[in-house]
Amino acid sequence: MSTATKKEHKSNRPSRGGVATFVEAIRQGIWEEMERDPTVFVIGEDVGVYGGAFKVTDGLLDEFGEGRVIDTPISEGAIVGAACGAALMGMRPVAEFQFIDFISCGFDMLTNYAAKCRYRWGAGLATVFRGPCGAGVHSGPFHSINAEAFFLNTPGLKIVEPSTAYDAKGLIKAAIRDPDPVLFFEHKKLYRLPRLREELPEDDYVVEIGKARIAREGRDLSIITFGAQVLTALDAAAELEREGLDVEVIDLRTLAPLDKEAILTSVKKTSKALLLHEAARTGGIGGEIAAVIAEEAFEWLDAPVVRVAAIDTPVPYSPPLEEYHLPQLKDVLDAARKLAAY
Amino acid sequence: MKKETQRKSASSAGLAKKRRGADGDGNNNGGPLNVAGELVCTTETTLTDAQMLELYRYLKLTRMVEERLVNLYRQTKIVGGVFRSLGQEATAVGTCYALEPQDFISPLIRDLGAVLVKGIRPREIFAQYMAKAWGPSEGRDLNIHFGDMSKGFIGPISHLGDMIPVMTGIALGARMQHKNLVAVAYIGDGGMSTGAFHEGLNFAAVQRLPVIIIAEHNWYAYSTPTSKQTAVKDLADKAAGYGIPGHIVDGNDVIACYEVTKKAAEFARGGGGAVLIEAKTYRRKGHAEHDDQRYLPSGELDEWERKDPIDRYERHLISQNVATREKLNEIMADVQREIDEDVEWAESSPMPEPEKAAYGVFDNSIAPPALRPKIFGGN
Ligand SMILES: Cc1ncc(C[n+]2csc(CCOP(=O)(O)OP(=O)(O)O)c2C)c(N)n1
Ligand SMILES: [Mg+2]
Repeated sequence: MSTATKKEHKSNRPSRGGVATFVEAIRQGIWEEMERDPTVFVIGEDVGVYGGAFKVTDGLLDEFGEGRVIDTPISEGAIVGAACGAALMGMRPVAEFQFIDFISCGFDMLTNYAAKCRYRWGAGLATVFRGPCGAGVHSGPFHSINAEAFFLNTPGLKIVEPSTAYDAKGLIKAAIRDPDPVLFFEHKKLYRLPRLREELPEDDYVVEIGKARIAREGRDLSIITFGAQVLTALDAAAELEREGLDVEVIDLRTLAPLDKEAILTSVKKTSKALLLHEAARTGGIGGEIAAVIAEEAFEWLDAPVVRVAAIDTPVPYSPPLEEYHLPQLKDVLDAARKLAAY
Repeated sequence: MKKETQRKSASSAGLAKKRRGADGDGNNNGGPLNVAGELVCTTETTLTDAQMLELYRYLKLTRMVEERLVNLYRQTKIVGGVFRSLGQEATAVGTCYALEPQDFISPLIRDLGAVLVKGIRPREIFAQYMAKAWGPSEGRDLNIHFGDMSKGFIGPISHLGDMIPVMTGIALGARMQHKNLVAVAYIGDGGMSTGAFHEGLNFAAVQRLPVIIIAEHNWYAYSTPTSKQTAVKDLADKAAGYGIPGHIVDGNDVIACYEVTKKAAEFARGGGGAVLIEAKTYRRKGHAEHDDQRYLPSGELDEWERKDPIDRYERHLISQNVATREKLNEIMADVQREIDEDVEWAESSPMPEPEKAAYGVFDNSIAPPALRPKIFGGN
């Protein structure tokens, strides 16, 4: 291979709408917001020339220049802190973590600075902190986490995790326009999944933060989930339909603030709730949702609330171990059948 | 003042010319030349001929293990990423070879050479990459993410910089136990920008702990050039901020890497405290196998290919009459044999039993394993 010349690289502006993958949808969303609002800028590791480890910011540098697409040193604390400072000055940073696992290095800045500014002195921070999360691709203990539960117990941070291309675009736009800090988690398994390719509207649209979506309507039981597990839930629902079970799937989309109304409406309709998430079971968001249901829909329940989640271990690398660790379709089916028969 | 003298001693061991960019600036010959005018290695060394040949073996072993890993990856026998140290093997091998058996290292992903010098066998590496049950982490973690206390090897985690405080703690613990050892932490030009790096090294410096930082300056952190990582001229300049000596060494000269580390270890062991060594080298492959290196200026790779540390060392060994080409070929054949054997061993390992995932989060004689819970708590 001749190593002397590298192919000239130029990434095109994404189309406005059209058929898009999940990753393309996020890229469109950021791009359009940068066009619409000169205060929006991108900051993170390798987001410029390289276009981000997963190419979410591909082409932005050519279009918007180094002033608004900022490659940083490997300093997550500085990325978060500087994003906060710039936001105080009226800018709207969209900060990337190369993998969401590295959000831990910015934890202090997020939970102590970003989360508490408005409450302490009325200074809202219009910031977005985004990055690839999730397991199932054999990336091991440090490139697989689902970080939502680390932050659920920190009032002041909104948490968003879409599961469709349409929502990904609409929610990233909403996050960028939001006056408060938003953590935006993108399951890496979804980025290029052919199944998620869909036609997006040409016109500008946002998806409201704080609103869940009924991914599938049903009467017999509710699977409440988000992110990549929405697909598992839909697969389970399709299979259970053949067994005569009519499953409703709620895609939370926003994890904080939680759309309690959507959860309760569904559970009051079906009287049975299965909570599904990919992070470890103990201390996961499932516990919170179960409590909400117990507190506010107890009389409507016909069965115990069931959680299906990862086991309480780090995410292991080897495929058989990772499979054991993660919730599988079969687990959802088993749990749903037991719940239905209860 | 101390820093200056330290640098001088590094210089006699093959100090690289200072430079700002990794692109060609006419200093390809910034090192000793043989009679044919080709780049070789420093001749000022205490290494015996036998040691020099052993160094050669480790260099070849490192490169050939990695080449085999790439093959296995392409055959989809490795499901995680493969990270190459092509072109910078001399840094890991030369620096680690200068250590005593009781010393500890924490390498980075591109320091396979140091791991091998510490006595980890290729079979462990292959089994680990292939996620096999016989791998040292039994399939739980990737690549060199494991450890072997008996060999002084503390595997890294992915989070860059985190191993600097940990290695400071190794040195601290050892001192409390009156053990005379040095703790060597490898870090990249990128990893040096982390908060953990700063906190760890600062602590080591104020405690005058025998911690040696090997700052591998390979000019890129993923796609990010050093100029976007730090405003200092040389990474060794950072040492001043911690009040410790900083050295610069030609990271592609395996003998120079050995010599500078040897001296630093003596200094640290003798109570001098922490030391920072900047090894100037170059990452010739992308960050990982998938990286198309679109960000490289043209010509840069060619220049560094000419400075290949193994070719250079071969020329050195031959022109110094340490070995003949035949002897080097013999060593290579021996390495090949070891690799073939070890790959075969690793391939014969089963994959881990799924349920093993649940074990070992805690001491399971006290806390039960995290087995899958039964739905409805028991039925
Ligand atoms: C704290 C942290 N942030 C981000 C990453 C993702 N990441 C992995 S390797 C890498 C580049 C490392 O560059 P450098 O430290 O120079 O080491 P090299 O790869 O050149 O050996 C990055 C950004 C990480 N591992 N840790
Ligand atoms: Mg580097």
